[in-house]
Order: sequence, then C-alpha cells, then structure tokens
Amino acid sequence: MSKKDLGLLLLIIAVGIVVAIINPRFLLPINLANTSNLIGLFGILSIGQAFVIITGGIELSVGSLVAFLGVLFIDFVAVQNMPWPIALPVILIVGGIFGAIHGWLITRLNLQPFVVTLCGLLIYRGAARFYTADGTAGFAFGQNFPDLEFLTAGRFYGVPNTFIALVIIAAVMWIVLHRSVYGRYLYAIGKNEEAAKYSGIRTAKMVMIAYVICGVLTALSAIYFAMYTRSISPASHGQFYELYAIAAAVLGGFSLRGGEGSLIGVVLGTILLQELQNLVNLLGIPSSLNFAVMGGVILIGVLIDQQWTAIRARRLLISAARRPDARLPAE
Amino acid sequence: MNQRSDTLVSTETTAPFLSLSGIGKTYPGVVALDDFSMDVSPGEVIGLVGENGAGKSTLMKILGGVVKPDRGTILLDGAEHAALSVESSIASGIAFVHQELNLFENLDVAANIFLGREPLRGGPLKLVDRRRLRMMVAPLLKRVGANFSADTPVASLSLAQQQMVEIAKALSINARLVILDEPTSSLPLAETEKLLAVISALKADGISVIFISHRLHEVERVADRVVVLRDGTLAGTLPKNLIDHDRMVKLMIGRALTARVAEAHRPPGNVALKVTAIRTAAYPTRPVDLAINYGEILGLAGLVGSGRTELARVLFGIDKNYGGSTALDGKDVKLTSSTKAVANGIFLVPEDRKLNGILLDLPISQNISLPNLPVHAPRFMVSSERENAAAEIQGKRLGIKAPSVSTRTGTLSGGNQQKVVLAKWLSMNPKVMIFDEPTRGIDIGAKNEIYGLMRKLADAGVAILMISSDMEEVIGVSDRIAVMHEGQIAGILEKDKFSQENVLLLAVGKAIH
Repeated sequence: MSKKDLGLLLLIIAVGIVVAIINPRFLLPINLANTSNLIGLFGILSIGQAFVIITGGIELSVGSLVAFLGVLFIDFVAVQNMPWPIALPVILIVGGIFGAIHGWLITRLNLQPFVVTLCGLLIYRGAARFYTADGTAGFAFGQNFPDLEFLTAGRFYGVPNTFIALVIIAAVMWIVLHRSVYGRYLYAIGKNEEAAKYSGIRTAKMVMIAYVICGVLTALSAIYFAMYTRSISPASHGQFYELYAIAAAVLGGFSLRGGEGSLIGVVLGTILLQELQNLVNLLGIPSSLNFAVMGGVILIGVLIDQQWTAIRARRLLISAARRPDARLPAE
Repeated sequence: MNQRSDTLVSTETTAPFLSLSGIGKTYPGVVALDDFSMDVSPGEVIGLVGENGAGKSTLMKILGGVVKPDRGTILLDGAEHAALSVESSIASGIAFVHQELNLFENLDVAANIFLGREPLRGGPLKLVDRRRLRMMVAPLLKRVGANFSADTPVASLSLAQQQMVEIAKALSINARLVILDEPTSSLPLAETEKLLAVISALKADGISVIFISHRLHEVERVADRVVVLRDGTLAGTLPKNLIDHDRMVKLMIGRALTARVAEAHRPPGNVALKVTAIRTAAYPTRPVDLAINYGEILGLAGLVGSGRTELARVLFGIDKNYGGSTALDGKDVKLTSSTKAVANGIFLVPEDRKLNGILLDLPISQNISLPNLPVHAPRFMVSSERENAAAEIQGKRLGIKAPSVSTRTGTLSGGNQQKVVLAKWLSMNPKVMIFDEPTRGIDIGAKNEIYGLMRKLADAGVAILMISSDMEEVIGVSDRIAVMHEGQIAGILEKDKFSQENVLLLAVGKAIH
C-alpha cells in the first residue's frame, strides 16, 4: 500500500469516527450493510473506469450504459423470459462489445476518448429511453428469481454480495494491474505511449483491451444496479455515474493524464465517496448539497495531494544537492 | 596618422565589455566552478567547449543572473558586480538561445519575438498594433538573414529558422552578447551553414557571441577564441591560430583522444536486411533500395529531411510503408508494426531519446525489461527480482552509471540514458540494430563508449544501420556510408572513398568524382 493510499485510508477512518460520534447510527449494521452495498455497486464501475484512466483516456458513457444495459437485462429476464444464466453473460458480452467499439474508434481512427465516449453517453441514454418507449422497465408483480436475487442483492452472513463481488474483482484486477505484463504495459502507455510503441508494445491493442475491461465491468455493475433498484426509469437511471467513477479514481490518486494510480486507491476513493454520501444523510445536511459536498471534498483532496507532491519534490531536490556526486541538471 | 587610427580601432574592439575574474561556485558537495576568468570583447565569437558537467551550465546561469557566484567579480561596462541579477543581465544586453528553443509553435514569428512587449493601440481594449509589430520585426529578420516573413507560423519553420527567430528576439532587446547553447546539435548540414552565417553577421554588427557546442569542427570554423572548461576550471584558452580539433579535445579530457573507434575485426557477412523499393510517407514516389550486411556498421548520412528517420521508422514498423518489400535473411518479412520488427530481431534506438527511447519516470530496470517483459513474467506475474537481475547484468556490461537499477531513468545523464535504451535491446539477441543519431547531446567520453559498443555488436555479427548528421561520426565509425538525398539513396561510399566532401556532394544531390 502506497503512502497515498494509506493517507486516504486514514482519512476514511477519521471521517468515519467523526460521523460515528455525531450520529452513532452510522455504525448500525443496517447502515453499514447499505453503505457497503453501494460501495460494491460503484466500486465495480470505478475499477473499470480506472483501467481507462490509466491509459490517459476517459469513459464518459458508463452512466448511460448502466441504464441501457440494465434495461436490456430486465427486459431479457422479465419480459423475454430468457434464463438469467444466459442473459447475464450476454449483457457482459454486449458491454465488452461497446467497449471494443470505443477503443477501436479511439485507437484506430484516432478520435479523442472524451469525444467518443461523450457521444456514447448521449447515444446509450437515447437508446435506453427508446427501447422502453420512455417507460419504466421492471419486474412484474410476483416475478421472482431467487438465485439471481441472492447473488445480486442478497447478503452472506450480513455482508452484501455486491461488496463480496467487489472484493473478488478488486483482488483479480489488482493482480492484473500491478503484477501482470498487461498492467505494466498500461502504465507504460499512460506515461508515454510513443516510448511504449518504440519498445515493441502493441499499444493500440492494449488500450482497446482497457476499454473492453471497462465495458464488461460496467455491464456487470449495470446488472447489479438493475437488481438493486428492480425498476429502471431510463431517463434518469445511472445519471452522473460516470462522474462518480471518475471522482473515485481521482480521489484515489489517478492522474487524468494517465500512467498513475493504484487499484487500492480507486477502491478507497469509492469508499470515501459513499461515506460522504452517508454523512450527508446522517448529519442532516440537506440532500440538495450532496454534490456540493462531494465536489468540495475532491477539490480539497486533490489540493492536499498536489501540495504534498510539491513538498516531496523539493525535499528530494535538497537531498540530491547534498549528495557528493550530484551535478547540476544535465547540460 | 593611419597607424594611429588602426591602433584606435583595435583597442576599441579588444576592450572587454564583460570580464569575469576568479569566479567560483560551490554547491553542497560539489565545486561547479572554480577560479574561472574570462573576458568578452565586442564583436568577438568565443567558442566554449567542455564535457557535460564541466561547468558550462553554471557559467551560463551566472551570466544570466539565475545563480549567484560565491567568489570572484563580474566587471560589466566598467562597473563591478559580485553577482548579476536576471534584470541586470537582460538590461546589459545578454541574451540566450537555448538548445531547447522556447518558442510558441502555435503563434507566428512576430508574436514570438515581441511576446509580452507587443506594441499596443490606444484605447481601453489595448489591442495589438499588428501593423507596427510587423514593421518592428522586419528589420530584425533581415539582420539575421531570414528567408521567411513576420507572419509565418513558427510551426512551419525548420529548426535553423526557429533559431533565427530566437536570435532576432535577442536582437530586439538590443543584445550585445548572444549566448548560443548547442545550437547546431540538431541541425542538418545546410542549416548549420545558415546559422554559422548568422553568427558572422552578428559579429560584423559588433555583437559578441558565446558559442557552446560539442561539434568541434563548427567551433573551429567560427570561433575567434576557444575557452575550454574541465571539471569546473579553465582548462585553457586557444587563440584563433591555435584552434584545432585535437588541441580542444586534449584540453577537454586532459589527454589526446586516440583512434575514435576500433576498426572492424572481421569482414562483413551475408546480407541481413534487404530493402527493395520501399517508399515512405515523406517521399511516397521515391523508392529506396538498401542492403545491410551482418557484422558491418552502415552509416546513413544525408541532410535532415532527406528521409532517413522516415526510413528507419518504416523498417521498425512504426510508419506505414507505401510499397516495396523487406527481406530478412533472404526471406520476405512484413514489418507492419514495431511488435513484428522486434519479434524479427530488428531494433531501433530512436532519435528522440526522451520522447521515444525511454520512460523517464520509470526505474532503469523497468525500462530495460519493457520490450521483453513476458520473459520476466513466469506464470503471468512480472518478477521484479528477475527484472533487477537482468538490469544489473546489462548495467555492468554497458557501464551504466547510476546508484542502483531502481533509480528513476530521468535523473541520469544523456549518455547513461542512451545506454539504458541500448540495454533494452541487447538482452534480446538483435539481428539488425538501427541507431538514429545515437550520440546527440552526449559528451565526448560517453560518445566513444557508445561507438565502442556499436563496434562490439558489429563484431558479434549484428547488422548496424547508423543514421547520423555528425560528419565526424559518420566517417569515423562507419564501414560503408549510404547517403540519402530527397528520399532516395544517392550513393554508397566504400571506405577508400570516405571524405567529408564526398558525403556532402551526394547529400546535396551531386555526383562524386
């Protein structure tokens, strides 16, 4: 765990203690379970986003995708009577295909990630609304899918299964990002795509895979969100979720220029965001201030991080100057 | 009468307007400059040479007022200063043209020259008076012999032209001393000539020039006097009649340089890479034919813009090839991506080290392992022990000077960074290695090490293609020289035909005798 991650963890604990002191309901099992459920839902989404941000890209369409894929999933299962063990992988594949299309447009046709995914944001939202004719997609009364419901909205010894899913996904993705060859390639591409290409790395393919990973994880969280709300009004479902995901990554130490950030960081970022949401509710802050609190905390967090980096750089410079073999910066 | 006026003229031109004496600067743990003295007279061109770390930067920073010396005095127009400030340096007419140009490519020439000092029209909006701006810029451009106009976008200028803009900028603040830091290191031959002409023009106007360069033959041509720095001290001063390459090198490194590079130890072998009618994006109508043999260093000379780097990029699979074929060991290979080139044992040491060669933020070990990462990742996971071990071996083999293999690559000197780029490839059994300007911005000691490594590789059977704009390098290192002119191979010189003149003639599209 890096110092940055550790700092974030301490902040989460400190905020938690303060909230618990002011309102002890924070520590009630039901509150913790609810919050960790939300952490699971948003965490999976944010990890996908993190893979894209590492490459120096951005994925703005995830909120709309959560709506569109959610609508599709509920329609498949509740209306088309498709067995859910088939519908689930189908949705994951569709998410992956959307990711692949984004990656293809970005790497092969050299469009900017912001532009491509902004168009995605608009298109998928429109598609979701068109698919249900702007109606609400949901399960009919009495429709039950006990296994699916247990896996998506159930609890295991009181721990929400979404949170367990997040832990498993985070562990796998941690290995992919921090230990695998692919993860190393992603960091190299994020730092300097040209140099990576000059080292013989298929940069376009690697970036495309990052968008596919993001698409698949978004599809998975879309299913979780659908089963969590159980009914989807496609005009508003998932709105701004891309911003939650980006915010979690930024809080977790990711640089939007790419090449920086850790998986633990983005998970902690998600936890802090959900804790703040919870704080707003528990401390009786008007919920209209929800976004303002989030924005303020992110801004302060980024500021502190930036100042901290500057101080460290200065210290490094001083210690380098003291080293006997130190020279001036190369001529 | 005549005699008297002559003496008058000569005292006028030799009375220094800037004089440094006993200058010293110590940083914690290192003496950057010690007891250094130098005079600058009006209209004098001083060549300042020395290896990297010899103290040139510190000296420049002192003249620019950025760094204050600990000892010594600076005499400027008869007034004694312990140190200059940035303001007093500018006010007294000291101007810098840095190696990395500080121009805004998205603005035009005039805007760059008068940035922040634009003539304004009256009124509350303070709009830029574009007409007056152009009128102010035109004479400056004329003085530097520019063949472009004030409203040309800087992005469309060549490097030498951009330097002219920088010099015009210096003239616009009435510079009396222009300090050129490595101005020719990235210039092609013809452009270098233009720059040297500008220096002569400055001199004729009575403006002094300090010309810092690693390219000694250029120093030899323009300098009235050469000042040599070594380890922060004045190693010697050479008056005009004593300036020559060997003396400078001797002073710079404290000993005479022996043979620049070892001769080939064995005759070249079979054809490694054969290029037939390849066409590049830069010259899509001009086919290139070239064959590189195992065990030889084939120099690729030519003016910048003659299509050499483009050829290298096509061979390494970075750029698309617009026709033609490549054969490795007599078998056709399609080099459609850098991945394929690497898989075939064709490696490139790129021209722009910091942009393409290495990842500055990564440690040395991770840079070295990057192209060969799967080898260091048994069972899917990258093993840092393996990476570090491999990096240690390569570091020792190439003599990379760094505290450890986990040192950030960006903190290394240019020569050591270049060795890291080499180390990336050497562990992977190269067949063909393409070096694009392998010693740009590298000091003489490290240069010779790189040459030695190239020769060792060639002796081990590797086919080497060396693109270089440095004439001494091309002639001193190559076994054969291919010269490019406007996208095509103009001719290939065997060893007995090697001469600066022949290379130049082919490079400008003429036949050799």
